[in-house]
Amino acid sequence: MQEFLQQLVNGITWGSVYALIALGYTMVYGILRLINFAHGDVFMLGAFFAYYAATKLDVAMNPSPGKAILVLLISMVGAGIVGFLIERFAYRPVRNSSRLTALITAIGVSLLLQNGGILVFGSAPKPLPAIIRVQNIDLGGGVTVTNAQLIIIAVSLILMAVLRWFVLSTRTGKAMRAVSFNRDAAILMGIPTDKIISVTFVLGAALAAAAGVLVGLLNPTISPLMGIMPGLKAFVAAVVGGIGNIPGAVLGGLIMGLAEVMVVGYVSSTYRDAIAFVLLIAILLFRPSGLLGKNQAEKV
Amino acid sequence: MRRVLTIAGTLLALVCLELLLPRVLPNTYYQRILMLCGINVILAVSLNLVNGLTGQFSIGHAGFMAVGGYSAAILSMRVLPPLAAALAAAGLPEPIAEGIVLLLALLAGGTLAAVAGWAVGLPSLRLRGDYLAIVTLGFGEIIRVVITNIDAVGGARGLSGVPRYTTFFWVVLWVVIVVTLSYNLLKSSHGRAMLAVREDEVAAEALGIDTTRTKVIAFVLSAFFAGVAGGLFAHFDAYLNPSSFTFLRSIEIVTMVVLGGMGSVSGAILAAIFLTGLPELLRPVKEYRLVIYAFLLIVLMITRPQGILGTRELTMPWAKKKPLPGGAGGAG
Repeated sequence: MQEFLQQLVNGITWGSVYALIALGYTMVYGILRLINFAHGDVFMLGAFFAYYAATKLDVAMNPSPGKAILVLLISMVGAGIVGFLIERFAYRPVRNSSRLTALITAIGVSLLLQNGGILVFGSAPKPLPAIIRVQNIDLGGGVTVTNAQLIIIAVSLILMAVLRWFVLSTRTGKAMRAVSFNRDAAILMGIPTDKIISVTFVLGAALAAAAGVLVGLLNPTISPLMGIMPGLKAFVAAVVGGIGNIPGAVLGGLIMGLAEVMVVGYVSSTYRDAIAFVLLIAILLFRPSGLLGKNQAEKV
Repeated sequence: MRRVLTIAGTLLALVCLELLLPRVLPNTYYQRILMLCGINVILAVSLNLVNGLTGQFSIGHAGFMAVGGYSAAILSMRVLPPLAAALAAAGLPEPIAEGIVLLLALLAGGTLAAVAGWAVGLPSLRLRGDYLAIVTLGFGEIIRVVITNIDAVGGARGLSGVPRYTTFFWVVLWVVIVVTLSYNLLKSSHGRAMLAVREDEVAAEALGIDTTRTKVIAFVLSAFFAGVAGGLFAHFDAYLNPSSFTFLRSIEIVTMVVLGGMGSVSGAILAAIFLTGLPELLRPVKEYRLVIYAFLLIVLMITRPQGILGTRELTMPWAKKKPLPGGAGGAG
């Protein structure tokens, strides 16, 4: 029981990271019907921006909460700019081509970021400086949690709450929902769709970067190829939750994190990468549009 | 009679090619790239059956390649050596004895991959578009993780000591088979059913086409050739590693199909050769080569979103002018 509770805590931590990445996938998909394969690499860039910011601010020597927040913000803004550029120069020109063309473009961007990353950052893994001092907190009953884990969960929750407020209560958020519902109608209503799509990419990229910084607290080794597997799993999480559905992405992310930690804890760590896909197939066979996705009636 | 002559002629030409190649092109590096091009052509043309002709979106081709590759390799390493010895004892020249063993291993590997294709296809073809894509990707990854966990085939260390049976003759022979099959399929009722499913599944069903059956046939055929290509790859490199069959490999093959122009067989061939050769051509610029490769991919997609050939086919000038129903459209 005690071990199970401990795994539960770890699973929720990883789950909130996956959820943050999955949000970007699901928002972009909701608006453009595009699987943004480069999203995992934006997550990687977020971690590297944090690395450079933390080195510059000398966080490792004298950490402070203010600096930690600054590192997080720098990384989110940097990734947001990258997200904007990707959309503007790679995805916008192919927006009206077939969806497969757009998908291959996304794959191209992903390869470009990975190999560009190897060129710029070097292929050797780098240690991300600890931006906070990690301490263990005893929860009683033998279950411990680190302050890093609590911070990850708290930051994720705050970001998700901000996102929810943004999408549901601001004019831009309303426009995002309109574009996602029907892009052509949104254009006719005078919504500047190009701008809205840019905003969506910036938001998604910033969330992914936040996830990159937070993962650095759990596993401080960063490398240019670190985004591939988490990106893929977060995408699976978005699909499991029902792609295009924001609460679904959070639910999917949590399920994915828990499932993975449980498999590592009780089965074998070598199957860690398979469980995401087993779960995906099992869920899609029974709910073809994901857990919270709407079952769309087919128009003939 | 004509057909027999054509087949005999093709085989003869291939044998001549095989014998001449080492003289014309003594550089083993170039020979290696040529063979890789051939293997990738088989993969691209076979995936084109599913993604291009039937309009289904599969990105798990590397999984089928892995199934075929591993089973063919295990057969020729652990099951078939007595046969090879018996054939050699019966006085057959070595290349022919090896060829027979390779052929059996490839057919078995292809068949197992086809069975895997059927097992994957049947449940997942209820899904459409991106959902199907992600499920095929998932199956591909599961196959890879399972292979990594089977110690009998080397697990994560990989499987070494596969006999080097793959020669130019066998690669080109399978290229000819898969290309001929694709072209003939386009002209057959099965092929037209596939095109109908691609253009409009509901309308196809209303016309009495068994859409599930059509999709499964496309899937199984495509997986069979992916398995054969995997087998050729195994006997070419003499080494297999699960990390050669990640989803990046599948995506590479999808890229060939899309870049060639969805549904265009000759486009898939051109793109496979182009994308295999390009990283090699860029070797002199070393560390920049993969960056340039990725950049070119994006630029090509932006400037020619319909692919190199679009939906057209290259035809040989001496071929009868009869348009193939490859046709417009494309998935999703």
